[in-house]
Amino acid sequence: MAGISLRGISKTYGGTRALRGLDLDIEDGEFFVLLGQTGAGKTTTLRLIAGLEKPTEGEIYIDGQNVADWNAAERDVALVLQQYSLYPRLSVRGNLEFPLKSKVRNFSSDEIERRVNKAAETLQITKLLDRKVERLSGGEMQRVSIGRAIVREPRVFLMDEPLSALDAKLREALRVELKKLHTELKATFLFVTHDQVEAMSMGDKIGVLNRGKLVQVGTPAEVYHNPCNTFVARAVGSPPMNLFDARVAGGQMEIGSVKVPVGANGTALDGRDLTVGVRPENIRLENGAPVSARVFDIEDHGVVKILTMQVGEDKVHATVPAKTVVRLDETVQFGWQPEKTLLFDRQSGTNISTQ
Amino acid sequence: MAAVQTTSERALNKVAIISVLIVTIIFLAPIYWIVSTSFKPRHLATTVPPTIVFEPEISPFVKLTLRRSQLREQPTPEEYTAAPWWERLVFDGGEKIVRSGRGEVQLSGYPSRFVNSLIIAITSTILAVAMGTITAYGFSRFKMPGEQDWLFFILSTRMLPPVVVAIPMFLMYRVVGLNDTHVGLIILYTAFNLSFSVWLMKGFIDEIPKEYEEAALVDGYTRMEAFFKVVLPEAATGIAATAVFCFITAWNEYAFALIMTRRDAQTAPPFIPSQVGSGLPDWTVIAAGTFLFLLPVAIFTFLLRNHLLRGMSFGAIRK
Ligand SMILES: Nc1ncnc2c1ncn2[C@@H]1O[C@H](COP(=O)(O)OP(=O)(O)OP(=O)(O)O)[C@@H](O)[C@H]1O
Ligand SMILES: [Mg+2]
Repeated sequence: MAGISLRGISKTYGGTRALRGLDLDIEDGEFFVLLGQTGAGKTTTLRLIAGLEKPTEGEIYIDGQNVADWNAAERDVALVLQQYSLYPRLSVRGNLEFPLKSKVRNFSSDEIERRVNKAAETLQITKLLDRKVERLSGGEMQRVSIGRAIVREPRVFLMDEPLSALDAKLREALRVELKKLHTELKATFLFVTHDQVEAMSMGDKIGVLNRGKLVQVGTPAEVYHNPCNTFVARAVGSPPMNLFDARVAGGQMEIGSVKVPVGANGTALDGRDLTVGVRPENIRLENGAPVSARVFDIEDHGVVKILTMQVGEDKVHATVPAKTVVRLDETVQFGWQPEKTLLFDRQSGTNISTQ
Repeated sequence: MAAVQTTSERALNKVAIISVLIVTIIFLAPIYWIVSTSFKPRHLATTVPPTIVFEPEISPFVKLTLRRSQLREQPTPEEYTAAPWWERLVFDGGEKIVRSGRGEVQLSGYPSRFVNSLIIAITSTILAVAMGTITAYGFSRFKMPGEQDWLFFILSTRMLPPVVVAIPMFLMYRVVGLNDTHVGLIILYTAFNLSFSVWLMKGFIDEIPKEYEEAALVDGYTRMEAFFKVVLPEAATGIAATAVFCFITAWNEYAFALIMTRRDAQTAPPFIPSQVGSGLPDWTVIAAGTFLFLLPVAIFTFLLRNHLLRGMSFGAIRK
């Protein structure tokens, strides 16, 4: 078991800067999720920690030790990839045994057998053991990939979007299993994904990565309720946070032609260009509320309905109780509680609500 | 796909089958000719039109492998009955087997040429494929300055027609004493096949996801072990295809073998036609020599056919 620290990590490929000045601390036994869009540098981060790539700048510490000169084998981490992590020539058992048969590990054949069986049991793939990998379904393959990682009982698990190729149902099932596995193994997990639902539901902590820079680190709740800028605000939450251009004048917030009251420290912001963020679930439909809108789309999710409303040129999302009666193209009025809004500087996108 | 074939589809199918049959017959005819001639009695070999139906004999193969000379006088009946069956076949053809002072039969030039061919082709194939695979792996997996230029340079060694360099090579080989040696031809054929082997293997290795090796590296294997345990098995098809091509080139090579070798290291290709000129050509013996010469390539290709079929789609790694 071990924590991971990255200090000032930069990685440049030719002219591409994949990572810029990354500082990251992952505690021993933590389930850390790195969230970022495609090209954000997630895979690069994992490859650097695994030792498959050398950083252009900065240091990596595993369990407090600088691992700059350690090769991949010595770092004792396990890597689960999105694809291609199983050998098509080998059976499931062959694949699970492969990491144990390396000379550096030097396990007896009894020990190998015991570990393979235990991993297979944990992941419920015992009856697949003698199958050819080629014949497995996507979900089974990913289980075996995870099995390949856990047989070694490594200090750190690195997972590169292991679930993204699976369908929604399987993804959910494996999500739960991975969490369970984490609790059982008490190992450090660094899990990479571009799916914010995955990040929110699995992470003890989330790190949001934007074009090679770490924007915010925090618990899912912190990141959700207090995003440090508009990028993070957009990146987490489904449907995403509503963001409007706004201006504060005379204790009133002007959003287009609409005026709403500002929260407590409103007057300090007089005259500044702002972006206001409101989570969809904080939007209330009410007769007489300040904003009028036309219902553009209704998604019924059973417990809730997600409305898309058109206000002028903008689309606004609202999550309302399922029993709310609305029809398409109906005109509705909505508002929100001022204290449930977030304020961002429009230029820099920085969250200034708490200042 | 329609489960039921229409009449026109069926007719089309028949036409296709018949065309394939005709083409196959045209292609196989020369091979049949050689094989059948190698089992004919001598007087049937050159009949016009060719004899199709005949009683096959083994005598051409006996004559091919044993040293013999023209009969001056017929053997006495005692001699004839005392001789083993294969010697009688030679008597029947108007020749006798040359024996040493101790009465032992002697081999003709053919068996040693055949063995030379095997030694040289197999060794040079192993060398070219092994070096080609390692080089291709390097090019495929590591960045190096001027990578494209190096690859082009390697290919450019094939651009000069071999005949152009034959005479200079001969002169250089004479200086270093490599003329008419196995090593000489092995070096030559290896160099000749290497560029081809590098290019072909690079294509195959590029197709193997590098994630396979990286998984092994993280699992605690060295790069060398990852290469042998992960890359090589995945590249087996490519290796088989490359080996067949290299073997065929080395086995069939004629021009250099003709110039560079005389006896000790002479291969079969320059030897077989040289027999045409000595005395009256016995076409059945030449056909027998050619037939045996065709076998190794056929057997080698047949053994590797499963790999080849997959290899011919050039990569297309199944996930
Ligand atoms: N070997 C490489 N050579 C050149 N550029 C690279 C290399 N690997 C990554 N990059 C670049 O670095 C950036 C980050 O890539 P990375 O693979 O880490 O992104 P990612 O967050 O994993 O994206 P995805 O979600 O698509 O997997 C990208 O712009 C990518 O093009
Ligand atoms: Mg990636």
